[in-house]
Amino acid sequence: MTTFHPKFSPSRRTLLKGTGAMFAGLTLLPRFSLAAEEKKLNFYNWDTYIGETTLADFTKATGIEAKLDLFADNDELFAKLKGGNPGYDVIVPTNDMLERMIKANMVIPLDHSKIPNMANIDKPFQDATFDPGRKHSIPYMWGTLGVGYRKSKVEGGLVDSWKIVLDSDTHAGRISLLGDAQNVIGVALKYLGHSFNSVEAAELKKAEDLLIAQKKHVKVFADDNGQDLLASGEVDVCQEWNGDIIQVMAEDEGIAYAVPTEGSLVWQDTMAIPTGAPHPENAHAFLNFVLDAEAGMHIADTIKYATANAAAKAVMDKSYTENPSIFPPAEIVAKCEPGLYLGEEATKVRDEIWTRIQAA
Amino acid sequence: MPSPFLLASIQGSQEQGESGRVLDNWKDNKNVFWTLAGPGTFWLLVFFILPLGFLFVMSFSDKAVIDGEISITEYDYLTGISNYIRSVDALYLTIIWKSIWVSALATVLCLLTAYPIAFGICFASERWKPLLLLLVVLPFWINLLIRTYALIAVFRSQGYVNLALGTVGLGPFDMLYNNFAVIFGLVYVYMPFMVLPLYATIERLDKSFLEASLDLGASQFTTFLKVTVPLTMPGIITGVILVFIPCLGSFLTPDLLGGANAIMIGNVIERQFKAANDWPFGAALSFMLMYATFAALMLRAFLAKRSAGVDV
Repeated sequence: MTTFHPKFSPSRRTLLKGTGAMFAGLTLLPRFSLAAEEKKLNFYNWDTYIGETTLADFTKATGIEAKLDLFADNDELFAKLKGGNPGYDVIVPTNDMLERMIKANMVIPLDHSKIPNMANIDKPFQDATFDPGRKHSIPYMWGTLGVGYRKSKVEGGLVDSWKIVLDSDTHAGRISLLGDAQNVIGVALKYLGHSFNSVEAAELKKAEDLLIAQKKHVKVFADDNGQDLLASGEVDVCQEWNGDIIQVMAEDEGIAYAVPTEGSLVWQDTMAIPTGAPHPENAHAFLNFVLDAEAGMHIADTIKYATANAAAKAVMDKSYTENPSIFPPAEIVAKCEPGLYLGEEATKVRDEIWTRIQAA
Repeated sequence: MPSPFLLASIQGSQEQGESGRVLDNWKDNKNVFWTLAGPGTFWLLVFFILPLGFLFVMSFSDKAVIDGEISITEYDYLTGISNYIRSVDALYLTIIWKSIWVSALATVLCLLTAYPIAFGICFASERWKPLLLLLVVLPFWINLLIRTYALIAVFRSQGYVNLALGTVGLGPFDMLYNNFAVIFGLVYVYMPFMVLPLYATIERLDKSFLEASLDLGASQFTTFLKVTVPLTMPGIITGVILVFIPCLGSFLTPDLLGGANAIMIGNVIERQFKAANDWPFGAALSFMLMYATFAALMLRAFLAKRSAGVDV
């Protein structure tokens, strides 16, 4: 019935239980008393965001037992690690959250000599503005933010502009936008021809006015279920992540996804090692394993996000590599920007704008 | 979440206490007293007072500025009342006021629905009573999040209600993602908190008062208004408090069921602790909400003092 977002984990309990058990284990273990690292790894990931057999394969290849815990969004990840690492070895933050964690010294620099498979990383991802020299992270998956729509309800069956969700009443009451300040204000800026990451007060004000004016036509600010609303017919157009829409497209041929020509956000999930990780050696081994061609292929095959692992992409078949919803045309990607960590003050400014939009 | 059963039973025992024997002075049996009071005191101190105290201090703090940049994880403690000044901005006051309205409306609807239910249970046969009470409490066995998702399945455009209406040629109606859905969700979720205290007082209501009123010529309606309602007032007040306060702080229901206008103060607070990473401001908003609640409770106590006769 309901297709859940792969990143959505309703079961907090499993997570709590796991963390509780881990706490107990770590307390009883004399932390640095062991000469060699024990053969364990605690992996903190999004739900359904790793290959079906990847962890088992990793254990087979290295003898290291990998344990998986899940988080539901970047904020949860951040909140969990903010007060000190409860024992995780590898985490999967999105680029702007990674940047924030680097600034807060919450992740450790990588030892590149222990990750020879970094050579497999696709060229555009070998360096990153949010992590110069890839000192702290490896790229995992990437994707875009765009418009998911029902083809039969849209004129011409095609969408090529943010106008349809941000500045038009053609679908009044049948529109959903995302539920967070960063991404909604960001695409409004993009539609108005500014940078996704703008901190200019005048530009932000224009974006705010645009969104307040459009709000009467918006049915809901959907936190993470725009694809469900679209699939169940509650809305005709929604602002959503490509991976979410691809999932409902698999079940419903009437749905399509497009990255508007004004450009959008291109996101990148990364893998990093949090400060205080009890098994940093194993963590490096795991990062190396994920960048392996075969392991990377299994992962991409399961989760259908765009991989940043060139060696893995090379062995995937065309239905994946030539899918424009997964890999949008290069000229459109060129217009997209990565979301940056703008600093605490800018975060506060956007949060207040968001509150004003919601309360208007 | 306190068990409504517990609250109901506490209320019951308090009122029966007067007729019981006089209790021993706790000073005569200090060891027994501390043994019994210890766990509860410890619990309150460690899991309530300390975290609340931490938040209280946090609400007067600010993010630290290190090397000219606002820190992500460090704080300067007890720097002043800037967070409170920010929280009395018209923007936030409007949202608080709106939350109060939504909660009040939900509470009133809860009361209007729960009163007949509680009455029905009280006057049901002894065989049915436990079963009916069980039905009231049953939803608590299921997580709030799951129940809210279930409501979505019921009310969405292609949900069960619209499906049923469709068979008789009506609809489909947009029942989700508006204020109706939020208020319905709140009423649905907090209904047991209203039914149980009402049940507890109505159950203890001396039915001969009602008979006397009717015998003396009052109509059913007058009897209800002049005798039943005043006598069950303690239950009404308890229920209203138990429903109103959690409604005021709710964020899940407006988040999942509400439309573009659904924001309540609970959502803003939640955002400060997560996405906005502004714990000091979130703490200040929480305490603002708490002060508002205290003010309402004090107002009630004040009104109770003024109204002579009936104990409300």
